[in-house]
Amino acid sequence: MLSLIQAIGRTFLNFLGATGRISLFTAVSLSHCVRPPFYSRLIGRQMLEVGYYSLPVVGLTAIFTGMVLALQSYTGFARFSAESAIPNVVVVSITRELGPVLGGLMVAGRIGAAMAAEIGTMRVTEQIDALTTLATNPFKYLIAPRLIAGLTMLPLLALVAMSIGVFGGYLVSIYKLGFNPTTYIANTIDFLQVQDVLSGLVKAAVFGFIITLMGCYHGYHSRGGAQGVGAAAINAVVSASILIFFSNYFITEIFFSR
Amino acid sequence: MNTPGTPKIEIRDLHKSFGKNRVLQGINLTIMPGESVVIIGGSGSGKSVLLKCILGLIHPEQGSIKIDGVEITNLRGSELETVRRKIGMLFQSAALFDSLNVWENIAFALIQGQGMARDEAQRTAIARLSDVGLRHEVSMLYPSELSGGMRKRVGLARAIASQPEIIFFDEPTTGLDPIMGSVIDDLIVKCVKELGATALSITHDMASAKRISSRIAMVFEGKIIWDGSTEEIDRTDNAYVQQFIHGRADGPIQMQIQDHFEGLPG
Repeated sequence: MLSLIQAIGRTFLNFLGATGRISLFTAVSLSHCVRPPFYSRLIGRQMLEVGYYSLPVVGLTAIFTGMVLALQSYTGFARFSAESAIPNVVVVSITRELGPVLGGLMVAGRIGAAMAAEIGTMRVTEQIDALTTLATNPFKYLIAPRLIAGLTMLPLLALVAMSIGVFGGYLVSIYKLGFNPTTYIANTIDFLQVQDVLSGLVKAAVFGFIITLMGCYHGYHSRGGAQGVGAAAINAVVSASILIFFSNYFITEIFFSR
Repeated sequence: MNTPGTPKIEIRDLHKSFGKNRVLQGINLTIMPGESVVIIGGSGSGKSVLLKCILGLIHPEQGSIKIDGVEITNLRGSELETVRRKIGMLFQSAALFDSLNVWENIAFALIQGQGMARDEAQRTAIARLSDVGLRHEVSMLYPSELSGGMRKRVGLARAIASQPEIIFFDEPTTGLDPIMGSVIDDLIVKCVKELGATALSITHDMASAKRISSRIAMVFEGKIIWDGSTEEIDRTDNAYVQQFIHGRADGPIQMQIQDHFEGLPG
């Protein structure tokens, strides 16, 4: 019984310690995002890596999600002769939820793991120590450009994902389910509200911050060679994915709770 | 500015522990300007921890570290960066940045620290590359394309590029063949002399230590147990130093070796 209480206490203390370390890391990182000097070349390179090179994977995820959504909605709604609601379901689901969340999860897998592995390798091969001895702050040189890139590029990626996802639903609805193109587009535009897109963009910005923060945090604190770097990559993806779902609920609550 | 008679590096009663492991237990060391001091000692004796404490990468629990008379253990942020601009460092693994090519690695401190234009920094980097005996074609290669000896030379070129007043060398010949080790040692001596810098090296390669030093100090169990000129080390009657420099298994230094076969049948 005593050992069980000890184990619970130890887990709780570890959780508090980790929360404190992440909070401190976040605060220091954010302070370097807003204080000069800014490494514009590095920020540009990270924006390219996070934004441009993630386009194919996010685009593919979005188009197939939109297509499946239209198909599934049709098989369900046809029972109640409510096929006309399909444009509404597709556009609302994609803009509010599926675009930013699935896009965020795909980027977490691609970028979060890559950042953790790159920074982790720099840590275990003393490259971060070398940066410090060359009078360059690793937070400013390594962490801040990645956070800025995540924060700015994810909303753009989400916007692309929303457009492609809605287009995927359109393709299936028109060419497979026989909808009238003009009516479908008119219904889509009628149902779409600014708040739907805005909530999706806010979610994407938060997810971008979470993904890059977790990638940088786990990479920066990796230890013990190749095994440690591998563990950092896994932890970065898992923790970012969990935090994406967690924060998704609260942002939805803020925007849409009545 | 350093006043005459002020030590370049002065360490007093330095302590550092990791959990129950007391790594540094009261290190005292004074290095005067222009000296080339080598710290020798077995694996786990605290040499690397001492170096990292001086660089501000690890914070000691107790004691004082002064560079040019300025206490650095309490410095943070830009004040510490100002002190670090006086220092160059050659890491054991060279620690070159994978994402930058050779000339960008060498010119890193010039571009990021001094704000030098990239064209001028590239010319300076190629000049430093030539100082360490590498052709300018190497400047466009990436660290993954270099051999171990070339990586060390590029690391040395990066350490001297900003013309530091103090240079640290962490195991400069580890992992190199004896000839390449000797070449690196000669380059270290040449570069330190040309810059007029103060050098502090850590190694357990005695041949290398004798080639690059004017003074040697030995660390054992977190303390300096012997300190003298390079010429004196072969004549000392200190049993610890004698055992270490001759690599004898028997003597006062007992290696922590666990016999994994103890208790097995047969």
